[in-house]
Amino acid sequence: MAENKKWMPRWFYQMASPRWSYEIMGKLMPWFAIPAAVLLVLGIAWALAFAPQDYQQGNSFRIIYIHVPSAILAQSCYMLMAVAGAIGLIWKMKVADMVAKSCAPIGATMAILALATGAIWGKPTWGSWWVWDARLTSMLILLFLYLGVIALHSAFESEATAAQATAVLALVGLVNIPIIKYSVEWWNTLHQPATFTLTERPAMPAEMWVPLLIMVIGFYCFFAVSLMMRTRNEIIHRERRASWVRELIEKQ
Amino acid sequence: MSEMLTKEPVRTGEQSIGGLFLAVLKRDLLLSYRRRSDLVNPLIFFLMVATLFPLGVSPEPDFLAQVAPGVVWVAALLATLLSMDSVFRSDYEDGTLEQTLLSPQPLFVVVLGKITAHWMLTGLPLAVLAPLLGVMLFLPEGGMGGLMLSLLLGTPTLSLVGAIGAALTVGLRKGGVLISLLVLPLYIPVLIFGTSAVQAAVTGLPLDGYIALLGAMLALGIGLAPLAVGAALRISVSG
Repeated sequence: MAENKKWMPRWFYQMASPRWSYEIMGKLMPWFAIPAAVLLVLGIAWALAFAPQDYQQGNSFRIIYIHVPSAILAQSCYMLMAVAGAIGLIWKMKVADMVAKSCAPIGATMAILALATGAIWGKPTWGSWWVWDARLTSMLILLFLYLGVIALHSAFESEATAAQATAVLALVGLVNIPIIKYSVEWWNTLHQPATFTLTERPAMPAEMWVPLLIMVIGFYCFFAVSLMMRTRNEIIHRERRASWVRELIEKQ
Repeated sequence: MSEMLTKEPVRTGEQSIGGLFLAVLKRDLLLSYRRRSDLVNPLIFFLMVATLFPLGVSPEPDFLAQVAPGVVWVAALLATLLSMDSVFRSDYEDGTLEQTLLSPQPLFVVVLGKITAHWMLTGLPLAVLAPLLGVMLFLPEGGMGGLMLSLLLGTPTLSLVGAIGAALTVGLRKGGVLISLLVLPLYIPVLIFGTSAVQAAVTGLPLDGYIALLGAMLALGIGLAPLAVGAALRISVSG
């Protein structure tokens, strides 16, 4: 019987312990924080100062270096939230619930950032701040889904019920992710197709897409750091009655 | 005595899934029939919202004809949403819901029956009433068929998705506004394809594609939404 249970790696079960997760996240954080700082500074400097101008859009295209990473992250963050929620529902893992809860505000911020930079970029290139195009609208729906998740979570008094309810909502909202992803392919829209795909080389020259790739990786590292910080806060807050948290506070 | 004991499960076996579905449907329809004002309220709301547009925006027939598909669809969507809160509310309050969850009957079928009852009391009358609104808003006659067909296919999806929101918020005291917040983003695809179908019908373009997409969304909804509703109900009742 005991052997049957070992079909998941050991660390997966250890994650269920808030204390273990708190400590491992503390150890992992510098490994993401330093690359995030280096990559973001390097990427921004390269993107704004050294990448060549676009032959049509001139300098205004440089906002892509914020727009694309934040849009990618807004979607990834939603998927992480849904997966963490599902893990919380299936294995009743408290830490997964906390990760899902911490994802929502970060993802909402990223969605707002993507929409705002998109609007600023749209003004000089399309001539208007907002177009009711499939990509934009589905991104706006994503933001509404995040806001719904946050609102639903705050409506419950019990943390456990709130986590389960928002997990169900996040899983239902997952339907929207493929719609956003493929909206530029399914509909004839103003928005250009994806910059990066796994199978093809980007249509841009390397001097343009390498800094973008750096920015995307930098954003992911930054996301990992902020997610770990939020989750650690959440762990400390919820486990405030546990003896290890008290010891931790007394040490400081 | 022993015969009775053995006969009991056989009898429930005969009452198959279809029987269970019909029983839930019949019960919910009967319950709503006894509170008739609740039945008519969404329809009155539907009419009133549609009346607001000519008064608030412009009474010009040309303009109204253009916006009519969207206005009728938005009004139908809001009317469905308005009645959504009550789907599980009374069952939750008098404890029926808890008994339903404890019963050995498949929750999927029970939930599907309740949602079907809700649709028959809101979506179906709305679709039947829609041509009246179409006339009020000067919708060209060619669009009437498309309007009814799109509403007939679209409103069950609205009921299915809305039931997820209702199930998630049934345990909360102030669920009303929250439901709209949770459910409206998920309604947007149905709204887009519903109004596109009507617009295609008005301009004489084929609507097969839109109808197929609405049907696909309905099929997806029937297959998956009751599962989510069931899970949400268990969470709401246990929490």
